[in-house]
Amino acid sequence: MEHEARSGRLPARHADDGQSLLVVDDLKTHFEVPAGAVRAVDGVSFSLARGRTLGVVGESGSGKTVLSRSIMGLNTTANAVTTGSVKYAGDELVGKSIKAKKALWGAEMAMVFQDPMTSLNPVVTIGRQLTEHVRYHLDMGKKEAEDVAVALLRSVHIPEAEKRLGNYPHQMSGGMRQRVCIAIALACGPRMLFADEPTTALDVTVQHQILNLLAEQQSDRAMAMILVTHDLGVVAGRTDEIMVMYAGRVAEKAPTAKLFTQLRHPYTQGLLWSIPKVTQPKHTRLNAIPGRPPNLIDPPPGCKFAPRCAYAQDLCRSEEPQLRSIDSSDHVFACHFPVGTPEGDAAFERNVAAEFAPALAAAGKLRASEEVEG
Amino acid sequence: MAGSGTAHLRPADEVMLQVTDLVVEFPAGRGRTVKAVSGISFDIAAGETLGLVGESGCGKSTTGRALLQLPRPTSGSVVLDGENLVGLDAATLRQRRTRLQMIFQDPISSLNPRRTIGDVVAEPLNVWGPKDKDEQWNIVARTLDQVGVDPGPARYKRPHEFSGGQCQRISIARALVMEPQLIICDEPVSALDVSIQAQILNLLDDLKAQHGLTLVFIAHDLAVVKNISDRVAVMYLGKMCEISEADELYARPAHPYTELLLGSSPVPDPEVDVDSVRVIEGELPSPISPPSGCRFRTRCPFADEICATEEPTMRRVGDDHYVACHHPLIEPIDGVPASVSTGVDGGLEPSK
Repeated sequence: MEHEARSGRLPARHADDGQSLLVVDDLKTHFEVPAGAVRAVDGVSFSLARGRTLGVVGESGSGKTVLSRSIMGLNTTANAVTTGSVKYAGDELVGKSIKAKKALWGAEMAMVFQDPMTSLNPVVTIGRQLTEHVRYHLDMGKKEAEDVAVALLRSVHIPEAEKRLGNYPHQMSGGMRQRVCIAIALACGPRMLFADEPTTALDVTVQHQILNLLAEQQSDRAMAMILVTHDLGVVAGRTDEIMVMYAGRVAEKAPTAKLFTQLRHPYTQGLLWSIPKVTQPKHTRLNAIPGRPPNLIDPPPGCKFAPRCAYAQDLCRSEEPQLRSIDSSDHVFACHFPVGTPEGDAAFERNVAAEFAPALAAAGKLRASEEVEG
Repeated sequence: MAGSGTAHLRPADEVMLQVTDLVVEFPAGRGRTVKAVSGISFDIAAGETLGLVGESGCGKSTTGRALLQLPRPTSGSVVLDGENLVGLDAATLRQRRTRLQMIFQDPISSLNPRRTIGDVVAEPLNVWGPKDKDEQWNIVARTLDQVGVDPGPARYKRPHEFSGGQCQRISIARALVMEPQLIICDEPVSALDVSIQAQILNLLDDLKAQHGLTLVFIAHDLAVVKNISDRVAVMYLGKMCEISEADELYARPAHPYTELLLGSSPVPDPEVDVDSVRVIEGELPSPISPPSGCRFRTRCPFADEICATEEPTMRRVGDDHYVACHHPLIEPIDGVPASVSTGVDGGLEPSK
């Protein structure tokens, strides 16, 4: 089938062939609003090779969704300003016209969104939504496109695929709808897949099925994938690298295993400690991060995490830390007093002694009514 | 699995709330009914937190609401301090409800956007508390302070001026002003970021100690439920699968469904091999025509003939650990259970 020929056009390469499919350099996206500029993405750089998965993690408002939309060029409102560089297979995307980007959307890069109900059109059949861009990009006839659609639905493990083509989204469960969204995203055999919180709206059992499906499709098709989520548990076993974002910037980026074992940024530590784990006994006190993410129109000076950080010193409140590494170049973080270093430990001890609230919270010594989000 | 039976209930004088054979059904048109909750029983001792966990559609929220008689259950009993709430007349029920409060999932839409925070939190007092405004404000201010909301600035603000986490704190304050005996928390943290979720879980634990609260905590996240609960009940398609002391349930799950749920739960540890986990295949069957016998049998790896014909009942597998399954992962202690019920409807009336 032509579709399979096309999606299989990329020979499965070794992940580290040294050639990056996507290179993002100093990407910034600002939204102009009456109160000023919302710096949603504020200077993010990374590269991603074919067949690799990058996890992007952060709280709501950390800029992770805007980042993936900026890379694809989906922020098309008049008040959105994107600067910097996004090179996809050597081709600069920032500044491209919508018409030029249309050739890429769906065909080269595709996105799976969080809510499968609202990302599907409720009054159009599954079959038409699946075949629409197949016919547009691959120039197929109706019958041929329908064959492709059936094959796609089978590949995402939807039973009775032929019957499903005539269904409307409301006739399917949330998990089934997300499978359809994935099938739509994969239809033209993209080389780059963005999955923006693909499982947040789903049950844990269905979440597991969908994450397995994404991993299976990714390795079958040698796609690069960016998995955006707020849940470190989701990215732990399923990514090669993780990028933690805070207030539109990269806080820490490392290979997955290293991020969990040798984390350096206090924010990463705070996120990890906030998650209740099934291995902990019941009523384990969670070391919550006090406060909440900053206002992106008028962020605090210096390190934007400083007001909530257990390690913050005067230096952090005046000077913004730059990304650096100490042991290996693939593990970078933006922190003056990194976790697990002598200067970091000393800073933490000083803060506990001074009864600085975030440090007390990290030490589990703060009452919950004082962990206020100020 | 997913069976009936009352072997797990404790003596009535040791518990504050006892629910027996609770059934909630909704008309679905054309003479069909949605069997949302089909004969579950559980009890809660004073000061205890019971976690209710299961997939969407398992009836956990319906159960929580049925405790408040919202709506009134189709059959069964909800006994609070020796008094059956089912069948009470509207006026008496209205009085009893002051002892039960609820916290909802979406903190922003559960607060009236046009009213000030001072008003929203004082509303229950307007009906049942002191009528004097200053006295009311004293209570409201003290409660807001306990949940970590600065009462002064908050008094004349409206919900949109607060973040989701702050709104959830305000909802908790609203539930607390009546000094209820029992608070039903329906997915109170699932709409929040992990950092804020941790703050709210810590807050609920603190408030529980301070006020001696009894909580029913409904959630789909197993780790969250374990963190807050003393006992945990696992539900599937309107039935109870397993109920146990929390640490025991997670250490030694006895029901195949519980084990599969635990395996699906994402663990923030890259060492855990996600591919080795057995995945639950398929989807939840329709609650309009649930499977005969054990309701989980259509997705259960151990299902055989007996599961299709006979509904399992609760059996004891450990101290304070009960499971409704024909093929539990732990050998039951007491042999044959006292009651066995059968039927396509899932045995709404277990024989006594």
